[in-house]
Amino acid sequence: MKNNRLYINGISSISAQQENAVFDGNINTYHQNIIPAVSPDYKQFIQPMALRRMSKAIRMGLTSAKIALKQAGITKPDAIITGTGEGCKQDTEKFLEAILNQNEKLLTPTAFIQSTHNTIGGQLAQYLECTGYNVTYTQNSASFESVLMDAQLLFLEDQEMNSILVGGVDELSKKMTSFMYLDHQLKEQEISNSNLLKTNSSGTITSEGAHFFSISAEKSEKTYAELIDVSVFQAKTSEDVSEKILKMLQLSNYTIEDIDLVILGNNGDNRFDHFYHHLQNGLFSEKPQLAYKHLTGDYKTVSGYAVWLACKIFKTGSIPEIFKLNGVTCQNPKTILLYNQYLGDNHSIMILNSN
Amino acid sequence: MSDLRTELKQSIIEQLNLEELELADIDNDEPLFGDGLGLDSIDALELIVMLEKDYGIKLTDPEQGKEIFASIDKMAEYIEANRTK
Repeated sequence: MKNNRLYINGISSISAQQENAVFDGNINTYHQNIIPAVSPDYKQFIQPMALRRMSKAIRMGLTSAKIALKQAGITKPDAIITGTGEGCKQDTEKFLEAILNQNEKLLTPTAFIQSTHNTIGGQLAQYLECTGYNVTYTQNSASFESVLMDAQLLFLEDQEMNSILVGGVDELSKKMTSFMYLDHQLKEQEISNSNLLKTNSSGTITSEGAHFFSISAEKSEKTYAELIDVSVFQAKTSEDVSEKILKMLQLSNYTIEDIDLVILGNNGDNRFDHFYHHLQNGLFSEKPQLAYKHLTGDYKTVSGYAVWLACKIFKTGSIPEIFKLNGVTCQNPKTILLYNQYLGDNHSIMILNSN
Repeated sequence: MSDLRTELKQSIIEQLNLEELELADIDNDEPLFGDGLGLDSIDALELIVMLEKDYGIKLTDPEQGKEIFASIDKMAEYIEANRTK
């Protein structure tokens, strides 16, 4: 019998909020719709001569991965699986601008080399000297979830596989991110992030970040959570989502009563938040409900933050007020369900358990 | 002559993203590759493009690079002798 258990033993978050500070009540507030991530001191993790060429996605990815692995006590994982919705946009933009400005002549190599989506996975392999399985998933707003699904399959297929580094990274870039205003992904008016979920308008706010996790087939004293299951699907209506959640719970041998808390991806976009509101007022009306995108902005791999948050709640037993959507309380939740969608597409459900 | 050396140091710091370095940190006779400044093969490509873009010098023989990019002094001497702009 092959192992199908998947334990999260190391976690790391780089986002618009300082890692761990939200649990101390220190919240960063912004009055802008495009919010850069808070950079840790990258020099503590990456040699300066290597750092000089890295765009923010690579810096964030490497740093976050190193923190997660260190927590889990892993120096070299057996496999690396990376998710990125939009890849290394900063270097792509730099390279495209050079093509235009220099009339397609005298182009330098660095930005081009680092402009591909799998640059982060490649750099991780190089830094960790990991020559094992290395795949990057680009599946829009389900990129991070696709990574977890592949990790599940990898553990099922390979008996020898014990440690996998998984993560999601996305970065901002000057021009390409600003294009999100053009197709109304971002709100027209600049807003304060703390008011995001109170707005009644189309669009959201965006940001960048990296969330890496060291996962293992074996539970240890370092374990934060077990990933029970992950699913990505398309849904036309809110009712479809409820149906899908119930079906997934059934397949995992869980019932709605087993869910202690839900983390939802509300992003203040009044065209699509009904998917969340339907669950808040229906299936999960009696469950503690949390949201996080008013702190992190929305981007293609932001659901990594939700997994990080669930792990932190399991470990600390505390739930900061800033995340709460309702007044239902819960002491030491054991099972957390995460639901996310973006622009009505790529609906995803993840179930995590602390046992 | 010293202006060209200063200009080269500025270009190298800017184009190779050596943000941590000041002009004074690069000696004119210090090796740019290996034990000196520690530049690598990707930097060499950047320097070749810089020579052509800024000074109109097109290197046809990659082997020349080893000698030309040995130090700031060597680069400046080569540029002064061969520049077309």
